Amino acid sequence: MSVDLTTVKKVASLARLAVSEAEAEALVPELNGILDWVEQLGEVDVTGVEPMTAVIPNHLRLREDVVTDGNVRDKVLANAPQAEHGFFAVPKVIE
Amino acid sequence: MSDLTDLTVAQIRDGFRAGDFSAREVAEAFNANVAAAKALNAFIVETPEHALAAAGQADKDRAAGTLKPLSGVPIGMKDLFCTQGVQTTAASHMLEGFTPTYESTVSAKLWDAGAGMLGKLNLDQFAMGSSNETSYFGNVISPWRRADANGLGGNAPLAPGGSSGGSSSAIAARLCPAATGTDTGGSIRQPAAFTGISGIKPTYGRCSRWGIIAFASSLDQAGPMARDVRDCAIMLENMAGFDPKDSTSLDMAVPQWEAGLSADMKGKKVGIPKEYRVEGLDADVARVWDAGIAWLKDAGAEIVEVSLPHSKYALPAYYIIAPAEASSNLARYDGVRYGLRELPEGANLQDMYAATRAAGFGAEVKRRIIIGTYVLSAGFYDAYYTQAQKVRTLIARDFAQAFEQCDVILAPTAPSAAFALGDKTADPLAMYLNDVFAVPASLAGLPAMSVPGGLSKDGLPLGLQIIGPAFDEQAVLNAGLAIEERAGFTARAEKWW
Repeated sequence: MSVDLTTVKKVASLARLAVSEAEAEALVPELNGILDWVEQLGEVDVTGVEPMTAVIPNHLRLREDVVTDGNVRDKVLANAPQAEHGFFAVPKVIE
Repeated sequence: MSDLTDLTVAQIRDGFRAGDFSAREVAEAFNANVAAAKALNAFIVETPEHALAAAGQADKDRAAGTLKPLSGVPIGMKDLFCTQGVQTTAASHMLEGFTPTYESTVSAKLWDAGAGMLGKLNLDQFAMGSSNETSYFGNVISPWRRADANGLGGNAPLAPGGSSGGSSSAIAARLCPAATGTDTGGSIRQPAAFTGISGIKPTYGRCSRWGIIAFASSLDQAGPMARDVRDCAIMLENMAGFDPKDSTSLDMAVPQWEAGLSADMKGKKVGIPKEYRVEGLDADVARVWDAGIAWLKDAGAEIVEVSLPHSKYALPAYYIIAPAEASSNLARYDGVRYGLRELPEGANLQDMYAATRAAGFGAEVKRRIIIGTYVLSAGFYDAYYTQAQKVRTLIARDFAQAFEQCDVILAPTAPSAAFALGDKTADPLAMYLNDVFAVPASLAGLPAMSVPGGLSKDGLPLGLQIIGPAFDEQAVLNAGLAIEERAGFTARAEKWW
């Protein structure tokens, strides 16, 4: 499989990355080089092999369904580019 | 008094306890080295006041008889660990100015153990890279230079390895006796090999990932880097441990790795993976590998050939899995909650996301996000991601079968000695191939370490890698110690910075 300029732009848009025309054009051969190389995985016979889900056998713990922290609004907002009235502020999303 | 910055972690700890010097003297000596080494660009932020405060506390604790395991020892902290009140950037523009209001579990453990912080160490941006050339804050330079026997290229600045390149450069240059690293696909071991120091990636889950800026969560694992095996054991004991805040944290007691150190390999079997002896293997790398085999034999081990048949597929599988996880993890950088915001005139929310991410991420990070997004996108998920996770199962199975025949595996850490800055930046694939020997153990979640094995013909360090079964860091450390005692690696970079 190989990607073309349209695909690169579509994927960049899915990833919410603004790319210039020149950047997108440069990415096409780079991505194709990498994708051609990972294609070799197709050679491996994986019949009956389960995809790995946990690298080390470990059970997923569940904790008590109780509040364990919170009441740190100002800390949560401390690094926000824009915070107003105790909320994160973003450009207007509803006309 | 000898130079305090030449001492190892164990020597500082023990000398401080014995009253040979104060913690303040140690902190001041390292602070001075850090301040005088700007040319290496190993630190993004220097925190001499933090080191001095910890030293002051250590001196008080010594007087009061309440010493802690790392009292008197200042260390470097990779700038991927969130540190409360101290800028944490992952070497990105995206997080420039980000000042966490909380402390990562691993760094908190180290401070609780009495260690002080000399500063936040430079790295490849979001830990993506093998040469420390993707940092927004500039390249880290290795203190090492090629022996200039023929007058060619002796002064070319060399890569300290990556992604923990600030850590490796700083330790090799005696700016800190030890540092934290993180290893997703070799980011502790390869830089350690490039700079003639030691480093261990423990079993996945030993060190909590809480508060470490995420790259690829099923692979990311913290570990120590230091000048010798004992120091790695001491550091790891104070970094590891169960953490309920990390769902993949191992709920197991932390072994006393330092007390368990033994270089006696009698009755142990060392596996040599035949697939790692690839055609065209660098002659220096092959020579040091053979020396390592001889040293372990001398230590009493039996050498056996083992097979890891899916080795050649590890790197391509890694370059699907790691970018896929990275593309998900890095979705959080949206210009809303923390970090950079780019808001072009008249932009809506979607435009703001895209503009912020375009401005905040470097080229390599963008490349991996796009690859990751592509392999996870509708129609390609099974062909790429599911296939890679199946291959990963086979790679882990290879190791499990090999460990039925041996206790540890010995291999090179990297396919070459350090390369010059700029040598591989034009070709992402050439850069990725540098992690060919390191990535398989990462995919299988196994403990693996690099120790210095010797010098290349150009006078640059080469590392030997020991890989162990899950949870058996002790076997890895012990084989590392057996090599260290026999390699007699005393070479160090001549000071030019």
